[in-house]
Amino acid sequence: MGLENIIAEALPEVLTTRLDSLINWARKSSLWPATFGLACCAIEMMNATSSRNDLARFGSEVFRASPRQADVMIVSGRVSRKMAPVLRRIYDQMPEPKWVISMGACATSGGVFDNYAIVQGVDKIVPVDVYIPGCPPRPEMLIHAVMMLQDKVMKESSRDRRDVVEAEARMAAVPGTLPITDGSTALSNALPESRPYSIASRHERRRSS
Amino acid sequence: MSTGNNTENNVADPARVTSGQKLTPSQLVTALQREHPEWVTEVIEALGEVTAVVPREHIVAVCAELKASTTAKFDFLADICGVDRGTEEEPRFEVNYHLFSTVKHHRLRLKVVLNEDDAHVTTVTGVWRTANWHERETFDLVGVIFDGHPDLRRILLPDDWQGHALRKDFPLRGYEPYSLK
Amino acid sequence: MSTTVNIPPQFEIVDRPLDTQMTISMGPQHPSTHGVLRLELVLDGEMVVKATPDIGYLHTGMEKLFEYKKYQQGIVITDRMDYLNPLGNNLAYVMAVEKLLELEIPERALTIRVLMCELQRIASHLVWLGTHALDIGAMSVFFYCFREREKILNLIEAASGGRLTPSYFRIGGLMMDLPSGFERRVNQFQDGFLKAVGEFHTLLTGNRIFRNRTQGVGVITAEDAIDWGLSGPCLRGSGVDLDIRRVNPYSSYENYDFEVPLEQDCDVWARYMVRMREMKESHKIVTQALARLKPGPVKADAPKVVLPDREAMKTHMDALIHHFLIVAEGFDVPAGEVYLPIEGSKGELGCYVRSDGGPKPSRVHFRGPSFVNLSALPHMSEGAMVADIVAIIGSLDIVLGEIDR
Repeated sequence: MGLENIIAEALPEVLTTRLDSLINWARKSSLWPATFGLACCAIEMMNATSSRNDLARFGSEVFRASPRQADVMIVSGRVSRKMAPVLRRIYDQMPEPKWVISMGACATSGGVFDNYAIVQGVDKIVPVDVYIPGCPPRPEMLIHAVMMLQDKVMKESSRDRRDVVEAEARMAAVPGTLPITDGSTALSNALPESRPYSIASRHERRRSS
Repeated sequence: MSTGNNTENNVADPARVTSGQKLTPSQLVTALQREHPEWVTEVIEALGEVTAVVPREHIVAVCAELKASTTAKFDFLADICGVDRGTEEEPRFEVNYHLFSTVKHHRLRLKVVLNEDDAHVTTVTGVWRTANWHERETFDLVGVIFDGHPDLRRILLPDDWQGHALRKDFPLRGYEPYSLK
Repeated sequence: MSTTVNIPPQFEIVDRPLDTQMTISMGPQHPSTHGVLRLELVLDGEMVVKATPDIGYLHTGMEKLFEYKKYQQGIVITDRMDYLNPLGNNLAYVMAVEKLLELEIPERALTIRVLMCELQRIASHLVWLGTHALDIGAMSVFFYCFREREKILNLIEAASGGRLTPSYFRIGGLMMDLPSGFERRVNQFQDGFLKAVGEFHTLLTGNRIFRNRTQGVGVITAEDAIDWGLSGPCLRGSGVDLDIRRVNPYSSYENYDFEVPLEQDCDVWARYMVRMREMKESHKIVTQALARLKPGPVKADAPKVVLPDREAMKTHMDALIHHFLIVAEGFDVPAGEVYLPIEGSKGELGCYVRSDGGPKPSRVHFRGPSFVNLSALPHMSEGAMVADIVAIIGSLDIVLGEIDR
């Protein structure tokens, strides 16, 4: 505050800010999703980018075909058991920082398809940041989810992220696998509480009880 | 560019008129039964649809005959559908072949019934190539084995899947909850 | 240039040393496979020796789920099968069950079904056109198509409450009558649509790149098309005059005057032209259906099957009891089996329903046109270039939700 004013007067061409704010602002302004259409919701996802809804207004219209260039994975639709390892692999291929939006009832909880073929919630496979209800959600709801994700990005700190990167780098030795818990406390400490890898979904807990 | 109108074409096209007078599917099946009594064991007519029950060892012969015959001309295999009647039923499985003629525009269902311990039927991929995927699907979900099929693998479920999902004794939610192996 | 016309005979490709061939996996995450289709391509340079589709990445177990749902609950599942043509799926399933019940559907409900189905067909073709052009490299068509499609979705939403998953057709009729002012809104859409089709033609039909990418690619002759079980626009693109709306009319289609577009070129271009002309025919049918709309009931007179109106349910004891029984226990359907084909936007959409007499079906099976059309892909793509595969898949207009079910 005081310091900022002094700097602003002495060096008018310099803008001071927190490093986190700057990085987060840059990240949130261009959240690039991976082109990852699964089912019905993918059509509404396409709709969100097209004429009427125009997701480009929020910096998210550049759908990347390669997961290496993507920041957000929008899981748009039901995830079958055959698709689940593929989905996990694509998630592993995305570079940090990365976020996941679970779009629609099927991705979130299995939806109406409570049967042998469908994974009951994509949060069993990848950590999810934003859930969208609806079957399928309207494009406006997807845009709202992107905006919520932007809020979330703004609250993150790059220090938290670094731990995650290191922990994931160790665990990503075998892509598409869950972390190996061999009892080593160092690894379990490195796992941040906020981004667990495999948590029993509410759906599953309810069933087992 | 041309524009089709089937009702007019059928009348105008002499080739189609000379290929025989229009017989209904039930007449066709009755004629077939008269010619080869062992090919068709039962003819069912219900709800405007004709079903012919065919012993499994004759299904290829019946299909080839129905496809080649100028009066029947069933050149289009619309669908193959496997059915599990229930665990107590005997014979337990059915395979339904839905035939269609792109020339005569009539439909016919052939039905093969199979016992549980010997759920084998000869493939009809030699008659219609489209049968390939239909038979793979029936094998995958119902567990009927099509002898002589060129590529009988699972099609919808993963290769290491246990059981056949559309059998009545397969639980709706599978044998175990999902986990990433 | 047309890349696939002069290919060397098949045996020449295969007889080369094996190390010149390469197997690559295309999909399941690929922007041009329309979902989660996976192809195993055996390539010789850029030439496709063999393309083997690997499906099932969206297998949803719908046919199993039907056996655990009451008949009226099954309608919801059909929506999510071919999600570009949900009203068509509704219609096939609903009509199959109605055939088992031998219900008589009122005239107005039949007309509204035709009206909505044709609007849905246009919407489905618009998604096909947008994504097909996008795959081939024309970006802007996509936005034009989705602009028009949004208008149809608004109409479907006005009638049913859902954009993509309407469940508007019910066993015995419709969910409810059309809202007031619906005809006017359809007319508004109808007025602008032909101009929009003209725009699509301006963008693509005269486009030399688009022509070169599509003409002579993915050829399948009429005999092969029938042998492989192709249906719908793919079959008509090979010059076979077959439209189930015409040859086995259902839902009062026999009263409508429309043409069945045919093309003789058998390639991707022909299938493109067939669909472009079909949109205009659907437009024509919508106009006729609007003219045929007469006031009347939209639900069959079958109180044991059809839910009563809210008004009646709250004032009449009988209606209340029927309502309770239908919702709580469902209705029994006489034992039997039917196979009911309709002309979906992608081809023959058949619905096989088998009843053992209870309130739940014992087997429901769908003959998905995309499923069968895709099975012909290996045949069509022999000797094509890798880039042609994308064009061929686009021309088949597949929807993985229906293939994998």
